[in-house]
Amino acid sequence: MAGWWVMAEPRIRDELGLRSALGGLMLPVLVAAMAFLAALALAGALAAAALSHRWQDGAASTLTVQVPRPDAPLPRLQDGPEETRLDRVMARLHASSAVASARALSEEELTALLRPWLGAMGEPGAAGLALPLPAVVEVHLVPSPPDPEHALDDLSAGLEAAAPGTVTESHGVWLERLSGLARSLQACAWLVLALVVGVAACVVTIATRAGLSARRDSIEIVHGLGATDGRIAAAFSFRAMRLAGLGGLGGTLLALPVLIGIAVLVRPFTGEVAGGLPDSVPGALWLCLPALPVGSALLGWLTAQGTVRRWLRGLP
Amino acid sequence: MVTCMIRLNGVALRYDAAVPARNSATASARNSATISARHGATVSARNSATMPAGSGDRAAAAFRVRDTSGGSPDGGSQDVLRDISFEVAQGGFRWLLGPSGAGKSSLLRLLHLAARPRGGAMEVLGVDVTKARRAALPALRQRIGMVFQDFRLIAHLSAFDNVALPQRLAGRPETQLRADVAELLRWVGLEGKGDVLPQSLSGGEQQRVAIARAVINRPALLLADEPTGNLDDVQAQRLMRLLTEMNRHGTTVIVATHNDALVARHKAPALRLEHGRLVGDG
Repeated sequence: MAGWWVMAEPRIRDELGLRSALGGLMLPVLVAAMAFLAALALAGALAAAALSHRWQDGAASTLTVQVPRPDAPLPRLQDGPEETRLDRVMARLHASSAVASARALSEEELTALLRPWLGAMGEPGAAGLALPLPAVVEVHLVPSPPDPEHALDDLSAGLEAAAPGTVTESHGVWLERLSGLARSLQACAWLVLALVVGVAACVVTIATRAGLSARRDSIEIVHGLGATDGRIAAAFSFRAMRLAGLGGLGGTLLALPVLIGIAVLVRPFTGEVAGGLPDSVPGALWLCLPALPVGSALLGWLTAQGTVRRWLRGLP
Repeated sequence: MVTCMIRLNGVALRYDAAVPARNSATASARNSATISARHGATVSARNSATMPAGSGDRAAAAFRVRDTSGGSPDGGSQDVLRDISFEVAQGGFRWLLGPSGAGKSSLLRLLHLAARPRGGAMEVLGVDVTKARRAALPALRQRIGMVFQDFRLIAHLSAFDNVALPQRLAGRPETQLRADVAELLRWVGLEGKGDVLPQSLSGGEQQRVAIARAVINRPALLLADEPTGNLDDVQAQRLMRLLTEMNRHGTTVIVATHNDALVARHKAPALRLEHGRLVGDG
């Protein structure tokens, strides 16, 4: 992967002695550390975005309706059959255009839900408290109902009118909290990424300035012989690009096992259990990771160009 | 076409220069010159017009300096030179004389475009350097050869690479310049020392490397600051023969020196400086 900028080393000879003045391990090691942090931040941002998307998809489309005293009969409507409170609620749900499907949980399902809290006491026929359990209806909404907020409010009001005491629990509050959390995580990750880029640019600037200081005499001689700013800046920037690119590659390779490890740990929370190691890392991250060494190299080139050209403007 | 033989250190070089009708001091007016050595190597280089010394023609001036100040060695605000005015025609020769601290090196810095003048007007090869864009100066510098008093060789480059540097900066292909650099090193008596770093050379040898670097592009202008300071008398005489031959074929030469015997042997007009002011021209 690093081949292209190794091959791109210009035909310019090392007239300024930059192999020693802008050499050593400091620049690549520091850029590698920055690339490592950038990879983690990038992974954090993408993971937060993916989780937020998944939660929104799941939570936004479901609704829970509790109907107290579900078997209590209601007064017959004109020419209508005899109905319980639950029948009336189910009829109203099925009639709503915002509802894709509605299913009342069976007694067994309800008991299973309550078992962790009530144990065997809550089971039918068990000796103990005879609890008046409400019916619980699991409602799936259509993917994008028209005017979703009013549709939910209307549905809730309609159910309350059909069977007073019916409680409609939207997941909107949780959804809002989860979305806020995910947005905060994403913002933090992008902030870390921006800081890492800024620090990497500072590292390249400091290294370039040290090289300029060490080779001031040679630069002045070459400048006096008629070297253009572009030629001198190119010597520095190709050197910085190569070192920063190698550092970026090293940092990315170091981050790879860490990212795969984290992805494996996170996998159960995303609902994915199948797939090999490569499937654990989000697809977007596979696309972004190769950009890190390339971005590091580009950052090195641009920063060195700017630093050297600014410095050269001090010469006549 | 003018042909001349220059003989130095036992190596004879033939210099053929086509003389243009008039030099407008632009790249288009540069002339192609060739040095053909006895050994068959050829140095192709650009040269400016070869107008006779002393010409009063406005277009033929290599330097035209009017009421110019500046030349601070550290780029500070203290001007070393004050209200300097003179003119040197293309192909002219001037000694630059004066006591230590008179401003000779500062004037050479100005003429070499290592410092910008403050005030007044200064033209080099027809380019007004007080108004020229900074980006226009590198091409002008490539037409000026400079021999520094302290040589100013690049320490990490071999003698060969130091001499080849101006040609590389001018974009000459490596295959073409190698033979010419080797020939020029032989010319200045440094055959076999091309791979040696400057710090391993004696003062005189370093000076000869600096001279070879200054002349390899056949500059239109050649400036030298005490070029014989580290040379013995024989080498100094050889250098003067080289400078006068180059001058005879169109290169404008200005040599700063304290060597009175050298000045006495080679009669030429002189610029005389004292306390940063020009007190004599001619």
